[in-house]
Amino acid sequence: MDYVKLINCMRCGMCLPHCPTYKESFLETASPRGRVALVRKFQEGELVESEKFLEYVSLCLDCQACASACPCGVNAGELVAEFRCERKQEQGLSTMEDLILRKLVPHPDRLEAATAPLRLYQRTGLQKVVRSLGLLKVFPSALGRMEGLLPKLPAAPLRQTISEVTPAVGEQKGTVGFFLGCVMSLIFSEASLATVELLSTLGYKVVTPKDQKCCGAPNMLGHDIDGLKDAARFNTDLFQSQELDFVVTDCGGCGAELKKYGHHLDGEVAATAFSTKVRDISEILAAEAGTLKDKLKPLPLKVTYHDPCHIAHCQGIRSQPRALINLIPGIDFRELPEADACCGSAGTYNIEKPEMSDRVLSRKVQNVQKTGADYLVTSNPGCLLQLKKALAEATPAVKVIHLTELLQMSLNA
Amino acid sequence: METSFIKSLSEIVGAQYTLSDPESLACYGYDSTPELQSRPGVVVLPGSSEEIAKVLALCNGAGVRVTPRGSGTNLSGGSISFDAGVVLQTSRMNRIIEIDEENLTATVETGVITSTLHREVEAKGLFYPPDPGSMNISTMGGNVAENSGGLRGLKYGVTDDYVMGLKTILADGEVLKTGGKVVKDVAGYNLNQLLVSSEGTLGVFSEVIVKLIPKPQAKKTMLVHFPQLEQAALTVSHIIAARIIPATLEFLDRTTIKCVEDYAHVGLPLDVDAVLLIEVDGHPAQVEEDAAGIREICERHHCSFFQTAASPEEALKLATARRVALSALARVRPTTILEDATVPRSCIAPMVKLIQDTAKKYDLLIGTFGHAGDGNLHPTCLTDERNPDEIRRAHQAFGEIFEATIAMGGTITGEHGVGVAKKKYLPKLVGESGLRVMRGIKGAFDPRGTLNPGKIF
Repeated sequence: MDYVKLINCMRCGMCLPHCPTYKESFLETASPRGRVALVRKFQEGELVESEKFLEYVSLCLDCQACASACPCGVNAGELVAEFRCERKQEQGLSTMEDLILRKLVPHPDRLEAATAPLRLYQRTGLQKVVRSLGLLKVFPSALGRMEGLLPKLPAAPLRQTISEVTPAVGEQKGTVGFFLGCVMSLIFSEASLATVELLSTLGYKVVTPKDQKCCGAPNMLGHDIDGLKDAARFNTDLFQSQELDFVVTDCGGCGAELKKYGHHLDGEVAATAFSTKVRDISEILAAEAGTLKDKLKPLPLKVTYHDPCHIAHCQGIRSQPRALINLIPGIDFRELPEADACCGSAGTYNIEKPEMSDRVLSRKVQNVQKTGADYLVTSNPGCLLQLKKALAEATPAVKVIHLTELLQMSLNA
Repeated sequence: METSFIKSLSEIVGAQYTLSDPESLACYGYDSTPELQSRPGVVVLPGSSEEIAKVLALCNGAGVRVTPRGSGTNLSGGSISFDAGVVLQTSRMNRIIEIDEENLTATVETGVITSTLHREVEAKGLFYPPDPGSMNISTMGGNVAENSGGLRGLKYGVTDDYVMGLKTILADGEVLKTGGKVVKDVAGYNLNQLLVSSEGTLGVFSEVIVKLIPKPQAKKTMLVHFPQLEQAALTVSHIIAARIIPATLEFLDRTTIKCVEDYAHVGLPLDVDAVLLIEVDGHPAQVEEDAAGIREICERHHCSFFQTAASPEEALKLATARRVALSALARVRPTTILEDATVPRSCIAPMVKLIQDTAKKYDLLIGTFGHAGDGNLHPTCLTDERNPDEIRRAHQAFGEIFEATIAMGGTITGEHGVGVAKKKYLPKLVGESGLRVMRGIKGAFDPRGTLNPGKIF
């Protein structure tokens, strides 16, 4: 790791009020400033990789709210992740990590097959039986949490059912590649269908290569930098073979990762060119606001918006989703307090660190309740999973949907 | 630190709020002051006045030193324990106890974040003006201990102008209540004011009562460029002489302008000596009149550009250059040394000139920005802690700058405190008699020297 990145931190503390784990604990070790200090002290040989050390470092959500707040351009979340990747490269992957990150995640067929039993589990009514009998209580708590997060799955993953080419409606304005994203395809296929409909309505031909693989974000989360590089190379080559104006995704996590392919592959020309073409769906739609506005019909709804970390902090996209919501006639948009604070989902953090995740989440739920909104809009599958479950329990009247689903509702109202 | 002593502390504040693992100690070995670091022996986070009192009584009895700490944004090393003692962090005590709309006061626990108080009182149409640069994380107790200033100091004063009452825990665990909600109070020495800016050496604050004022109804923001430094400085003096007191009168020098433009591309010209950001607030009619007066004075002093914000969004845009000044400077080099030399405002031009000449003499990059209206400047040296020669030159340069500040009738620190960073300059400023009185006061409050040893003098 580049030592200068660590000493650039001037310890001003501007990151502290933005860090979800600091706000919950008031502990310097749970703050971005503290984490940079820990990694720096490790590099300087003053600290060793003790159990406590790893516990403190792994409490980071990697939401990167600290990066948005830092006056000196230090990205504490990224530094911690980079540090953990470097350590992992030295130590190697465990058998389980190798199985998941190398043998499962990069292979969409296997991933889809692996989740097929879950679809069956729901569709046969077994889920109801298990839940009503409280059978999950006998399983390890992590499994119980995973099961609880699962919303109703589509009959089949979108990757299997979507056509490779969706023509533009009316005059063709351009061609975009659609990057599906595993969780969007497996769980939130309706939102992605809305994305495709919006794009084609606005005059874009949408190309969705079926061979696409996971963006590599899970590898990054598992600190498997080599797996990430493999994913970056594969997707770069696949999309490069098409004539595309943009590569669009409606998954905040994928978007953030795809935009960094150039960086991950050390500035390789093709990867950098690919990254510069990547757009979050809100960026494309906001640029077409004039055209879109004419097509939207009134929706008399009270709506608020949660900024996914991977959209706001990692991609700097804040105004576009709000502008799009406000395009809808009759909408009553209410700003969410602490809108860009993490919801506690953070990849697999909600499974791995349930206690801190729940504290961060409950703050988010309270803020949503303060707005009095009946729709909570967001645009990242991790947030959708986490918030759907939390609000179903706390305030069932509040529906949680993807930004493109809201826009589609208005389009077809 | 002995295990049995740590155990006694944890019996007071709880095991989860008593930290003694090497990782935690490393993270409490710094504050925002560049270069300074030292690990404490143990860290405690008490949750109430009673717990603070018990911790202090225990430490005082055992001869263990205690350094109070809020959020650790101190810029003079004041919240670092240099003798492996106890760091006492107050963040958990973060309740706003009361906002009294009849007496126009707010009573807060010591760990309340400054900007949280701003938000809460402004929602009621009230105003707590002190706005230090760290207000989004600094604690009220820390602000009182350092007498924090901010951008609104010129018109509204600083923290001590708003402290009406304090609940302080003394070194032996006794509780001292001073002041209250009364506007007039001449019963005995003014201990409130004595405790403000005591830098954690006289007691630990547990509650603070501050004065509130009505929120100004209107505000106008102006951005002005000056090709010549002297004209900018004269403008500042003449605005005040014209009986106009802006809420904010901020200044950026040529180096800062260049760094801001490189970083934020806000359209600042690179051939001007100074940029002023001016804000007037108050009754709408008064605001209009003041803004017109300021424009006339700026034009008379040959400003090359004058813009008044037409909307709150535009005001934010105009303020960008000043807002990002520190970020822009801090990104240039790894280490940023931010000082707060303060001179009578009539000396702004010679002071800025002197800083620029000193930077040249020692071959350093120093950008200066700050609160021109109250003479509080932030010469900011951009350097690299890995280069000992350059760091040595930086300290030499600041030594000369502080000497010149004192010679101009100014002070070595306007808002950051003496701590340990400015300790060696204090005797020159306050003299032997000043030090003798300060030591006497310290002895009266803390005879065993338990609280924040080695700070100020």
